[in-house]
Amino acid sequence: MTTETNNVAPATASATASASDEVSAAAPRRSSAKRSPRDRWLSVGKHAGLILVSIIMIYPLVWLVVSSLKPNEDIFRDLSIFTTNLTFENYVNGWNDLSHPFSTFLLNSTIISVASIIGNLFACSLAAYAFARLKFAGRNLLFAIMLMTIMLPFQVTLIPQFTIFKELGWLNTFLPLIVPKFLAVDAFFIFLMVQFIRALPKELFEAARIDGAGQLRIFLQVTLPLMIPALATTAIFTFIWTWSDFFGPLIYLRLPETFPVSVALKGFIDVQSSSDFGSMFAMSVVSLLPLFIVFLIGQRYLIKGFATTGMK
Amino acid sequence: MSSLGELRTLARGARNRGGPREKHPDNRAAYLFLAPWLIGLLVFTAGPMVASLYLSFTDYNLLQSPIANPPDWIGLGNYAAMFADPDFWNSFEVTVIYVLVSVPLQLVLALLLALVLDKGLRGLTIYRSIFYLPSLLGGSVAIAILWRQVFGKDGLLNGFLAWFGIDGPGWIGHPDYALGTIMVLHIWTFGSPLIIFLAGLRQIPELYYEAAEMDGASKTRRFFSITLPLLTPIIFFNLVLQIIFAFQNFTQAYVVSGGTGGPNDATMLYTLFLYRVGFLEYDMGLASAMAWFLVIVIGAFTAFNFWLSKYWVFYDD
Repeated sequence: MTTETNNVAPATASATASASDEVSAAAPRRSSAKRSPRDRWLSVGKHAGLILVSIIMIYPLVWLVVSSLKPNEDIFRDLSIFTTNLTFENYVNGWNDLSHPFSTFLLNSTIISVASIIGNLFACSLAAYAFARLKFAGRNLLFAIMLMTIMLPFQVTLIPQFTIFKELGWLNTFLPLIVPKFLAVDAFFIFLMVQFIRALPKELFEAARIDGAGQLRIFLQVTLPLMIPALATTAIFTFIWTWSDFFGPLIYLRLPETFPVSVALKGFIDVQSSSDFGSMFAMSVVSLLPLFIVFLIGQRYLIKGFATTGMK
Repeated sequence: MSSLGELRTLARGARNRGGPREKHPDNRAAYLFLAPWLIGLLVFTAGPMVASLYLSFTDYNLLQSPIANPPDWIGLGNYAAMFADPDFWNSFEVTVIYVLVSVPLQLVLALLLALVLDKGLRGLTIYRSIFYLPSLLGGSVAIAILWRQVFGKDGLLNGFLAWFGIDGPGWIGHPDYALGTIMVLHIWTFGSPLIIFLAGLRQIPELYYEAAEMDGASKTRRFFSITLPLLTPIIFFNLVLQIIFAFQNFTQAYVVSGGTGGPNDATMLYTLFLYRVGFLEYDMGLASAMAWFLVIVIGAFTAFNFWLSKYWVFYDD
């Protein structure tokens, strides 16, 4: 799948031709000396639009949180987010609503996530260093293969992988979810780190080389400390993806005591004979809270990591 | 450079070889560093790919051990059964509609907002955070659970429509609308392409705009002659990858439909169907055949995209 796309007639992208409204938004990069009344109204309109979109985006989340704090009978009777009748009852009930206390599932998710982070940091940084800094036979070919595995649909390896883990007797353990991470199967992070290492000044590596440092030392003492931002991005993304992962745990974990939060939450849909929406909402909030905290803390790295690799 | 860009460069390099051969002073060290990844590649990617291709030609039941009891070779049996099954084609159709509607809408929305947000708008970082948050949470079960309630009969959307005197249906439970709710969920996560578009806009050299302004180019002209052409590789990149990933969506369809793909198979996305065939009906041979068909379909879409890109993607190099 390659293309030779040299002499292309520019700008025939009809898909976005409807962007005429935004034309003015894209162009005026210079900070114009004086703002005409027209510009000001444009700015007000722009912010009004953006605020409206923001509210639409965020409203369901706010509603989820508020609903989780309402008494059960109020949730669908009064859909507004302005209420004074708040209670933590749903959290208490929801915590113990399933076969195990919710702390069990939180702990399982934490174990899987932390182990995955360690695995990805370890294996992907090693591979990335080789791709970014070392000259070896078959480098371009392997690098191309690595890039292609990022885009490979997971379904095509799914069934043999499942068979392998089943034959190994690893069903109902966390190993099928963790071991692949230690073998750098999440190649996206290799690519992210390669991009980062390539951008580091070459002189640092050459200096270490001249000082007689071996590759392992250059990796451990020069490269790793410099690539902490890339490692942070990897850790944060790995956390978010592993914490949210549903498919893997769904097929490999069948015993309730091994469930992570994603699969445990499914239990609320399965048993929704009663109408305990409050508990379901409350535990949904609990499951989202770690993601939200990581988002707040790690936003900088997330956006940077995204922007530099173009996300996969 | 993106992963697609890298591949493009590598492919070009392979074609124009002819210079002095590269030296390989680091062979030993490099392969030691690469060892975990290489093992993973063989054991969890390359090996399983070959195996699933083989299994797609066999009658392989999940409950039998393939080592003690090798599955029977049935040739193209699975493929024949698959293509003769109206449920399979329904699932295929549902998935293609899902991809072709939600991916372009998501990208257009992301692009429009990126254009509005670009160039030091006040509050940029706040808007960016608000728009980005849903794409981080969107893959989780909790959000899919929320979606069921937002689009339920007594849900948030109908509560809103009631203000205008509209009595909305139960969107999740209605065969005509259920797929739409999952599409909306996909579009709701437009924050990730938005971030990439913003980064792309930053990379356009200011010089181009200054030169164009000196030549008296209007704002409209500058947009269509500078911003849009220089952004096309990034639009293309997002389009290719979002299509690949949208084809594989599972969690949202599973949770929103309670695992059934209902109502009336309206949300039976391909991967959900594959999961049901392989893991609930234990027919792993058929599921393998479905996986390979998916690869071919995604490959065809990607190849078509690359072919089409000749006519609209502009590379500055």
